[in-house]
Formats: sequence, C-alpha cells, structure tokens
Amino acid sequence: MGEVEGEKGDFKVTLVKKPRYIIEDKCTGCTTCVEYCPVEYPDPFNQEISKNKAVHVYFSQAIPLVSYIDESCLFLKEKKCDICRRVCQTGAIDFTQTTEKTGINVGAIILSSGITPFDPEVRDEYGYTKMQNVVTSMDYERLLSSTGPYEGEVRRTSDKKHPKKIAWLQCVGSRRVTEGDNSYCSGVCCTYTQKQVILTKDHDTEATCTIFHNDIRSFGKDFERYFQRAEQLPGVEFIRSYASVVREVPESKNVIIRYATDNEGVVEREFDLVVLSVGLSPPEDNKKLADIFGIELNGYGFCEADSENPIKTTQPGIFVSGAFQGPTDIPESVFTASGAGAQCGELLDYRRGKLSKERAYPPEKDVSGEKPRIGVFVCHCGANISSVVDVPSSVEYALSLPNVVFAKEQLFSCATNSAQEITDLAKEKGLNRVVIAACSPRTLEPLFRDTLREAGLNQYYCDMANIREHCSWVHAKQKDEATEKAQAIIRMSVARTAHLEPLKEFDLPVNKTALVVGGGIAGMTCALSIANQGHDVHLIEKEKELGGMAWHIPTTLEGLDVHAFLKETIGKVYANPRIHVSHEATIKSVTGYVGNFVTTLETEGRHKEIKHGASVIAIGAEESVPAEYLYGENDRVVTHVELGEQIAQGAETVARAENLVMIQCVGCRNEDRNYCSRVCCSHAVKNALSLKKLNPAMHVYILFRDMRTYGFREEAYREASEKGVRFIRYDVEDKPMVEAVEAGGKSLLRVMVTDPILGQRLELDADILSLAAAVIPSRHTEEIAGLYKVTLSPDNFFKEAHVKLKPVEFATDGVFLCGMAHYPKHIPETINQAYGAAGRVLTLLSRDTVVASGSVCEVKEYDCVSCGACITACTYEAIEFVDTPGGKKAWVNPILCKGDGVCNAKCPTNAIVLKHFTNDALFGQIDAAITAEDMIEQIDAVAEKV
Amino acid sequence: MCSGRVDLEFILRAFLNGQDGVFIGGCRLDECNYVTHGNYDALGNTYLCKKLLENIGIDPDRLRIEFMSGADGNILADVTSDFANEVKAMGPLGKDEGMDTDAVQRRLNAVMRLVPYIKLVERERLRVPRKTRKAYDEFFTSDEFNRLFDELIADKLAVSRVMLLLEEKPRSTGEIVEALGWDPSDVSKHMNRSSQHGLVHYDEGLKRYALG
Repeated sequence: MGEVEGEKGDFKVTLVKKPRYIIEDKCTGCTTCVEYCPVEYPDPFNQEISKNKAVHVYFSQAIPLVSYIDESCLFLKEKKCDICRRVCQTGAIDFTQTTEKTGINVGAIILSSGITPFDPEVRDEYGYTKMQNVVTSMDYERLLSSTGPYEGEVRRTSDKKHPKKIAWLQCVGSRRVTEGDNSYCSGVCCTYTQKQVILTKDHDTEATCTIFHNDIRSFGKDFERYFQRAEQLPGVEFIRSYASVVREVPESKNVIIRYATDNEGVVEREFDLVVLSVGLSPPEDNKKLADIFGIELNGYGFCEADSENPIKTTQPGIFVSGAFQGPTDIPESVFTASGAGAQCGELLDYRRGKLSKERAYPPEKDVSGEKPRIGVFVCHCGANISSVVDVPSSVEYALSLPNVVFAKEQLFSCATNSAQEITDLAKEKGLNRVVIAACSPRTLEPLFRDTLREAGLNQYYCDMANIREHCSWVHAKQKDEATEKAQAIIRMSVARTAHLEPLKEFDLPVNKTALVVGGGIAGMTCALSIANQGHDVHLIEKEKELGGMAWHIPTTLEGLDVHAFLKETIGKVYANPRIHVSHEATIKSVTGYVGNFVTTLETEGRHKEIKHGASVIAIGAEESVPAEYLYGENDRVVTHVELGEQIAQGAETVARAENLVMIQCVGCRNEDRNYCSRVCCSHAVKNALSLKKLNPAMHVYILFRDMRTYGFREEAYREASEKGVRFIRYDVEDKPMVEAVEAGGKSLLRVMVTDPILGQRLELDADILSLAAAVIPSRHTEEIAGLYKVTLSPDNFFKEAHVKLKPVEFATDGVFLCGMAHYPKHIPETINQAYGAAGRVLTLLSRDTVVASGSVCEVKEYDCVSCGACITACTYEAIEFVDTPGGKKAWVNPILCKGDGVCNAKCPTNAIVLKHFTNDALFGQIDAAITAEDMIEQIDAVAEKV
Repeated sequence: MCSGRVDLEFILRAFLNGQDGVFIGGCRLDECNYVTHGNYDALGNTYLCKKLLENIGIDPDRLRIEFMSGADGNILADVTSDFANEVKAMGPLGKDEGMDTDAVQRRLNAVMRLVPYIKLVERERLRVPRKTRKAYDEFFTSDEFNRLFDELIADKLAVSRVMLLLEEKPRSTGEIVEALGWDPSDVSKHMNRSSQHGLVHYDEGLKRYALG
C-alpha cells in the first residue's frame, strides 16, 4: 500500500507491486522452471522446514496458479543463472520487471490484514528454536498436511523419526500479561489443537497425545462435541495444568515438560515432540495500515471496533473484515467479509454493475442429430506431460478410436492462442464434441467449456481426459506404461464423450424483494442493509413490537447501551420507505424457490401474500427455564438475564445483597443439550463487574466449569478477578448443591461446592443466586424450518450450508441465516453476521436472473414406478411426486437439484437420470477401460490356471 | 457427480468386463461441502456389493473404497499402488476363485439382474440411520446384516442363478447341482419353490427342468 487520498465514494489509492519476474498472463503454472532451478532455500509456506526453489508456486492452491521468483535467485543476486528463462516454453520469465506503482480509483476500501501466529521465540521459556523438537502449532499444521514438508508424514526435526509421544501446550502467547505475550484469548487454539490431535491419531493410531491446558474453550458451534470426540480417542489425555518446557534430553533430544495437578503435585514427563499452541497476534503492518488510512487501533493492535457496527472504522468508506477485528475463527471471517461487502454496497449501490460488460457468444448450433464427430487435443503441458507420455503416438492412437475425426497435439492447450485454435478447428473440421487430454478439470474445465461456446457448440459437449495429475505426474519413471495409461484415459474419455448430450442452463428471473423473518437485532440490521442497497424488504415479527430478546439485555460487556441502540435501530427501520414491517405475524405457508418465493402470513388479523426472491431467517433464540437449583421455587434464584435487568433497574434486592453466587452451565453442556451457550461466561463477568461497581464490598462468587471469555473479553475476566470476584471451578461430576436456609435471622440460599484447589467443601450463603441458563433455540424453529425446507443441527439450531465456508447460507438456495437462530452469540457478533447475510442476499438480488446448471437430474416418467427411493435419497428436497396422466410420478425441480446423482444410484428402474453423467455415458467409459485384446488375454489367463 | 452416484451396476459392469479389481474414491467422510454426504451411500453400496461378491464366490477384496480430499494426491497414489499390488497377487478374476470366465460371468449376471430388487431392499431394510463411519462399519459387519441378507437377498440370488442356467438349456437337478456346486437338498428346495412360483417347470419328456 502506498498512499490514500480522497474520501468515501472517491478514494485514490497508490499500490506498490513487487516484481514477480513472471509474466502472469503467459505463465501456465506448468512448473518446468521449478524443476530446473538449481537454488534451494527454506520454503516459507512450509514454515521453512523443507526446501523449495528460488522460482516456485507459493503453494499448490495458489491463485493465480503461477510461479514467482524469490530474492534467493542467482540471476537476481549475481546475474549468474537464467536456466528458468531458457526452459520456459511460453516466454513467461522476465527479469526486467521492476517495482510497479499503480494508482486506482475506488469508492470504498476493505481492510483484511488477518493475523500473524504468535512467535514463541520472543520468550526463552518456550524453548522454541533452542530445542529441535519443540515446534509451533503452525509448524505442526504443515507437518500434518499432505502438501507439507514430509508429504503428510509427521516427522520430528532431530532424527526425522515419527514422534510417538506428543505434547501440546495451550495458551502459548495468549491470556498472559507478561511482556511479549498477548493478554487476550486467541479463541481458536483449543479447537485447532483438538483437530491436530484427531489428525495425529488418524496418521498414527499408536501415538499418544497429551494436552496441557487451562480452560477448554469450546464455545463455537459443534465445538463441544468436537472436544468430546478428541478426548475420547484412545491414548489422548487432557491435563488441566500450566506446563513449562524444562530441558532437552541430550542423547534423544526428547523434551521434558514440567506440570502440576491437584492430585499428583509437580511432575516431569518426557515427550518426543512438543507442540506450542500459539495464539493469534496482530500483523506488524497493522500500525502502518492504520496510519495510511487514518483509522484507530485498539490497545492490542487490532482495529478499534464499534459494538454497533464492528465492520466500520473511524473513517467513512473504510471497512474491516476478518481478524482485523480481533482474533477470529473461519466462519466469523467469512461472514464479516460478506458484511463488509454489504456495507460497501450500501455506499456504492448507485454504481452497481456500471463496470461490467456482457459477453456475446455466437448462436449455438443444434448438432444433436449428427453422428458424433470428436476432436481430441493432447496437451504437452510444456514438458509436464510430454517428458513422460509419448504425445505424438497418443495423437495417432486417438485418431484410431471410434467417432474421432480429428486429433492434434498442443504445447499448452490452456494458452490463449491454443484455446483459439480449438475454437477455429472445431468450426473448420465440423467437430461436434471435443476431448481435451491435459490436466485436471478442477481449474480449467470452465475455460474449455467457454472455448466450445465460442465455436457455437453446447458447452456440455466437452470432456477432459486427465493425463497429467492422473498419469504423467505419478508415473515419471515408467514412460511406456504411462503412455499406455494416457491412451486408456483418452479412450475412456472419447467413449463417454460420444454419449454426451447438449444441456441447457436456464435463466430464472429473480424477484428483487427480500423477506426477513424475525425483527430482533439480527433481522433489523439485515433488513436495513438490504434496503439501503435499493431493495424492498418485508420484515416479519411475531410480537407487537420490534427488538426481540435484546430488550432484556440492558448493556453489553463492551459498554453498549443496548436499549438506546434498539430505539435508534427501530426508528431507522420505520423511517425506511423500503422496509415493510408485519407485526404479530404468523407464517402460514411458503412456496417457490430461489428468486421466486411466496410467503403467506396472518398479520394483525389480516391475510398477506408476499412475493420475494430471497428469505432470511433471523428468529433468534430463547433463554431456557432452569429446572434445578431451586429456580422457580425460591424468589432469590434468578437467571443471568433477570439479574442483568434487575441491576439496570436498580432493584432493591440487588443493592442490599451482601453475597451473590453465580452458577455457570445450567441446562447445557450436558447430555440433553450437548453444546456451550457461548455467551454466559461473559454475561456473568459483565454482571459481576456491574455489581462490584454498585457495591465494591459485595462478595461475588462465580462457580464455573471452564471460563469461556474468549477474545478481548478475557480482559474483563481478569478485571473481575482483580476486583475480588471469586472464581471457583466445579466438576460436572460434582455439581454445586443449593438449599434454602434460615441464618442470622435471614432467609438465605446455601450453595455447597468443592473447591478443587483447596480440596474442601465450601458453603457459600447467598442473598441472590444467579444461574447461567442455557440459550435454547426458538420454539418456532421447527415450524420455520419446515416452511422454508431448511435443516437443523443436532442441537436444533438452524444448520448452515457449511459450518466454515457458508455460515449464513442454507443448503436450500435463496434462504439465508443470521443471529442467534444460527447459534448463541454476542450482540456485536450478531450484527456482523446480519451484515454478512445481507451481503449474500445482495449477491442474489442484484442479479436479474439465476442460472441453473444443466447437469441435473430428470425423470423418465414412463419408467418411474413411484417407489419414492429418489425422494428419500435427495437431501435438497428437489424431488416430489406430481400427478400425471400415467399416475403419480417423481419430478425433479431443476432449480433445487445440485446434480450429485445419489438418487440415480438408488432408482431401481433407472428412471431418474443425472444428465451429463448418464448410465450410457458412464458404461461407455467403463467398457472402454478394457480393450478387446485385453479381454481375450484375460480369458486365456484364467483358462490356463483354472 | 458425487461418489454416491456410483451404481451397483457400474461395479458389476466392470467385473463383467473382466476387470480384476474395482476401486471407488470418495471425498473424506463428514467433510462434504454440501449437505449430501453421498460418500456414505457409496460406502454402504460397497459393503453390500462385497457381500454379493462373496455370495457368488468372488473375493470381496477385489472391491475397495477409500476416502480422500482433492489435496490428498499422495493418499490416492498410495492406496492405488497398494490395491493394485493386492489385486495382482490375487491374479485374474476367477483364478483365485477357481472359476472359469463363463462361470464368473454367469454369476455376475445373476447379480446384475437382481439390482433393481437389491436397490429396493437396500432402501427398505439396509439403510443405516446415522451417517457415521462407526455406524456403517458396525451395521455391515453385524449378524443382523447377515441375517437380513440371507433372508432377503440370498435366496433371490440363488433363484436368479438357476434361471440363468436354465435359460441356456433345460437341466436336471443333478446337472444344476454340478453347475452351481450346491448341496442337492438346497437345489431341490429352490426348484420346488420356483416351480410353485411358475418360474420353472419340470419337463417330463426331457426329464429336466425348463423355464416357465
């Protein structure tokens, strides 16, 4: 980043781009240069554990998938070697490149600077870099990876052996106020360690894993179950203790760890490998970024967040996403990214689509009646394929195959001129189907499909025969066999291609209106953002008033006045002409699909039918009613939410209380509700701090299992502890007991709990007992899930399409999710997610049409026996029975079908067919796997031996 | 296309073509990027197909399924080599099993014919309610599964094999016993039942069973 000038809507940004020494447009990512480069240096992507070349692709999934040249290059240093330039067949290497300065003009800016792993080298006590077999979790992550330093084998540095006894040390660099460490909780290390333990056991069932930890902070969705999964593996031991790296055993280079437990006292144990679970630090450049953009950082070096909108910064038009807000897990990163997109949209909507150009293709020829005329293009991929596979003879071979009328070799089929050549030859030779024998379809299939469209052919007439990843790359030393295999792959592809059919991708119009179910903070925030981007929104609320659960939360831990915020937000909702609120509404029915829903509801006695293109579910959650600890029997027992309200109202009972006890995890983290309610630990600390402010002399006790004040909330936990709030850990096997007693002329609650440090039974007499009642899904969850055909997680919260990658979408297209309906979360997190959902809604509503894939399932009505096997197999509810003249038959809604074809494999009569992957096409491919000669040979071989 | 699209017929077709082994690759279990988790269907199908192969005397280890991600090229290479070596050791299809190609084909065809029925049975009785590796492994190695298989599929498969024999030409009980290598009492049981169902009849003139 260079300089920034201007203001929201019109920034001028100077970008300084370091030379890559590679012309990106010319590089095909073939990596021939890497093979020839003589310079080896520690690979930064693999944590410098293994070596890479001076010219290399940063990592195997890099985008763009092209190489770059590092400073270690001999040419750059001494002008000595330019072998890469000579072997590169596309002339992509350019040593004349210099640092480039470019100016761009943008309307808004998003800062996503991410995190840096904490560097344990700053503190001697961790032994990192001093002992060979102490690694960071980031190093270990690479060791576990199949693209890692030892190709997925876990080996330790000293002797390259597989470690059998591995220890993890938690909270390295986190939750500590010592110099060089971070005082906050990094929030992700507990769970990533559990993941590493599970993967370690996958690699080596014999390995023993020992995890030295403080609190286990499994506060994320499904994390509690994940922890249990790790904990229950054989040979895995979680030990609650601070642990220190003591010394290295000189002979074995094993590492000695010292720790202390309540039962054993101080113990030393020897490990083959020690993994430091390092926390997340802000990148050093954050300060520079803050200076350039004129934004403020908080005391930790992350962006100063506004609880009302953590995505915005102190500068209008500049937004943040991901871990620049603070330590963050993947789902939060993903939805804050969408949310930042939505806020840019609010600012720049008037310019949406102004820079896009429509691509024009020639009209498509109907060749379905013609005999297949297949063209085969065999790619050299520089030397990637041709150094192993005999390409010219494969071209000859292809010409001998049925239906093949043309075959040709190409240096790089993906190069622009080659793609043009395919288009031209298809026209010239009258090809109606094309096989590209090259690499995996993963990256380049869209390009070759496009090439066919340019030739006026249906794009589904294309197939790729993968003779690189599946052949030349794995059989470098068996050239003859590799050629034979490449020809078999081509033969199979040609056989399948002869059966390919032209498929239509059809465009469906999108209704530009959104509907949001639930008028709490999540629903209102989302509705406002959608409306501010120029779309009408129907906001559906079951109560008379907007606001939902937040009316019961007077403040947040960060100090937000929630009631004032609610009033302001509600005011904005009513003032927005694009938002139409339905109060006291019940949804009666929902029909339709992405882009075209119809929701029917009853609202204030009236019947209403709403047509909309997108649906957002933001129905929130509820506080459970505790069934233990005398709740409901004794007035002195309240929930944290009730206590918070009483504190805010200045209730006499609270003001007069001398002793107050809180019990955490009431009604969750148990068999019935196997999840953590996420918010209660911070809630308890917030209430405790308010009470201490109100009356510093009050004795406040918090009885907890694990304190889960993740992120910057850790600071409040520490503050509460410093102010004298007593935190007593209890074990789930030995829960606190409560009885009502009379003592000193007062009615009190006697709470009995075992103090694990003192090993004694404590009796605490409390004036008030406050319970961290579990957050539970809304009672309307199942009903709404049924209406919008979306699914629920095991704990009955709504189930997103992908827990990490699609946290605000459902598997059902056009339906989105935010707020507590997804999982319990704090108000700033809800706001982040609500903007995230708005961002995803806009990607749908800003288009005029949605495109449905051509490769979907279809029913041959005549063959359907109405058994319903396909309907039960489909996880997208894309198949239903319809009445036809021939009776009840299955019908696939092509909009909802995702083309997995599971139904096809279940259908007893092959009546349901996955287009593009039909039985005919796949049988063709299977049959071509073996040649007639092979078959005869086979029969003879058996005959001889039997 | 998901690995759950792999049809029983695909596997049988490959063996009918004389392939000595069939390998199915699926995404890692529980890591579906959609909500399909169709790799569990592929796993169930594989278990079922192994049982069918075993029933007709073909080594079930000639069929294997493995799960890996797009980044696990090394795993694909390892398991492919391992499987290829294993299949090489078994030799050509039929050799290990002591059958000639005709016998192998006849038996596979008997299964192939039954696929529509097997799919119905799978749906009604052999579907594992929970998609976990443990649940699948446990169910398909349980006595319950063996019992259901014997009860619902084994007899049908036996009849299917007899029918295929009789399609070639009418045969006597003795010839059927010899061709299938079964116990004479089992053959007689199947023949009686098939006669009752009108699938076969005893041709008094030929002194042999014939179709219909």
